[in-house]
Amino acid sequence: MGNPLPSSRAAEAFPAGLRVLIVDDDPTWLKILEKMLRKCSYQVTTCSLATDALHILRERKARFDIVISDVNMPDMDGFKLLEHVGLEMDLPVIMMSIDGETSRVMKGVQHGACDYLLKPVRMKELRNIWQHVYRKKMQELKEVETHSIDEVINILRNGSEDIEDRHLIDETEMSSMRKRKDVDNKEFVDQELNDPSTVKKARVVWSVDLHQKFVNAVDQIGFDKVGPKKILDLMSVPGLTRENVASHLQKYRLYLSRLQKQNGGTCGGNMQSDHINKTIKGKFGLKSSTNVQQDWELTKYACTTENFQTHGIVANAAHVSEMNRVAPAQVIASKKALVNDAQLGLFLSFKGMLPSIREKACKPLHDERPVMQLMQYPEQENYSVLEGYSCLANPDRDHEPCFDHFPSSQPLITSATCTNGKDMKDLYEMKPLQPAMPPMACTIDSVSIQVKHGLVNLQDTGAICKLEGSPSIEDCYLDETCNQGCFPLTYEVSLKSKSDSDSMLEDLHLYSVQKLSYLENVSCTGTEIYQYIDSVPITEVQRINLCEDSEPSGEYLYDPVDYSIDEYLFS
Amino acid sequence: MELGSLQRRYIDFTSALFREGFLDNQYTQLQQLQDESNPEFVLEVVTLFFEDSEKLLDELSRTLDQQVVDYKKVDAHVHQLKGSSASIGAQRVKNVCMAFRNCCEERNQEGCLRCLQQVRQEYFLVKSKLETLFRLEKQILAAGGSVPVLW
Repeated sequence: MGNPLPSSRAAEAFPAGLRVLIVDDDPTWLKILEKMLRKCSYQVTTCSLATDALHILRERKARFDIVISDVNMPDMDGFKLLEHVGLEMDLPVIMMSIDGETSRVMKGVQHGACDYLLKPVRMKELRNIWQHVYRKKMQELKEVETHSIDEVINILRNGSEDIEDRHLIDETEMSSMRKRKDVDNKEFVDQELNDPSTVKKARVVWSVDLHQKFVNAVDQIGFDKVGPKKILDLMSVPGLTRENVASHLQKYRLYLSRLQKQNGGTCGGNMQSDHINKTIKGKFGLKSSTNVQQDWELTKYACTTENFQTHGIVANAAHVSEMNRVAPAQVIASKKALVNDAQLGLFLSFKGMLPSIREKACKPLHDERPVMQLMQYPEQENYSVLEGYSCLANPDRDHEPCFDHFPSSQPLITSATCTNGKDMKDLYEMKPLQPAMPPMACTIDSVSIQVKHGLVNLQDTGAICKLEGSPSIEDCYLDETCNQGCFPLTYEVSLKSKSDSDSMLEDLHLYSVQKLSYLENVSCTGTEIYQYIDSVPITEVQRINLCEDSEPSGEYLYDPVDYSIDEYLFS
Repeated sequence: MELGSLQRRYIDFTSALFREGFLDNQYTQLQQLQDESNPEFVLEVVTLFFEDSEKLLDELSRTLDQQVVDYKKVDAHVHQLKGSSASIGAQRVKNVCMAFRNCCEERNQEGCLRCLQQVRQEYFLVKSKLETLFRLEKQILAAGGSVPVLW
């Protein structure tokens, strides 16, 4: 893949060379399926253990297009593997089983399988699996619909550090996708050209400020009654057209509905290209799910622990209308109790040793503030974030976080709060969370966090979570200076142990659960994103490289021109 | 034996296997997968099946022999065996496995033991049939002929 071919030949070649990872504990089936897939001209890797499969995928994420897995495996339930892959790698997964009972198939679908094959599997079924890969790509591209396909291709290409990892788009797919996109774009262009009254619209850059105005307007009007004209009027921005607002509103709505649909969140792949994964080994995502009609608020948390090397997390909780469900991870999707207003789910799992961290549950100051909690688990074999998660209940609700999926050892919950780096004066003390939370203690050796975040407002920047301090996360502050609305963000946290950064990094798997809808599976440099996101607000991504010794990934990197956060953090 | 009669014998034998339900369409699929790049494919797969199955059968005996039978475990093994047998098209083995699973669900130890006996029987039956088949194929090839294709 990746060989430049003339379009016509290339189109024929696809889906040849599709890179399939097949997981089955039955050696007979493994052999048969491998043979079948090779006959389809696919590139096959076999694996008889789920744990091995995960390992392989983590190591070489970019090298697979699709995963096929058996349901019944000795070391790990196939559904679990399915969840992991969906969250971490965001690859399409096909389940297989000899058992075709409806309930099983349904379970597969619920867990995110894109197909469920019954054994014995036939050649023709395997031949068609490429459609799932294609479909996924189309879905992703759709979300960047306003941008020309070429831009996207560029971004995807350039974003990937590793030349070989340009699997996302290869010539064949590009040409076929280009063809399709062209059809869509053509109509648009025709419209523009033919209608003399249509002035070529200048590209609107939805800056942080602009989006803020937008959101304020939406709030004022009330999400249900909102309409482009009303918003435009309220915003009173000269030069802004109704069309600009309309398209932005549409995106906004799509984004919201996407979050809603994200049952359990196939969140993994978003900004986590392999590339990022390599450099920033840990990431965690902030998932917000909030209820209707809330004011946009930027909730920031700060959490300080001593001796942490670096800090910085941005947590922006956006209250998003129509979001009434928390489904932080598929694992807990079934835990309905997690549904809550204004919840932030933060999943942080530490594979490494985490002796003790004093748990400080942070209670948001106001009812609807999301609370971010970090759950940490002592070292576990093949541990992933899914095994530890926190459900962040609104403290005022009677929810108890669900901890059913805990591994044998007690999960450790730390609440991290983020604070505005610039302005610490509005920090509030965090109060302990509801007593229902099991008391836990854990220590993080040292945590350095690299943050990417989208910021609404340059002044009141998003939250920065500082985890400073030697093992204990002590004081937590809640900063609510900023009441700006913004889209929830994905951010990455890389945790390093002071002593042994490498091993710690490896051990930590923090998975981003939240996807920025406009940046799905796109890895780009900061400037590219900027141009690319012309009408997307806050999803400007800022990566604050807080780890002095971390490798800058170069992605999402803006020059933090107006940020004094960096200064603050490094001071 | 001369080539012609060997081949005839092969055809008769294979048809009977299918007719009597020892093998099903999956076996044909395997044969179709075999090609010049992998001329022993079916033999390799079937050999894997033999190894795997015998291990499973031993496990089953052991598990059912316990004082307190862990039916979940038994069921898991049977499920595996069912999957394996389906992989090469050993239909009769597969069918017994299905009955076997029912006994597990009912936690019927006697039933399970009976099923185990049955599945063992069917397994060794299909094994010997397949071995005969492979022997015939070898003979045909040795006699300079080609193995008749039955699809």
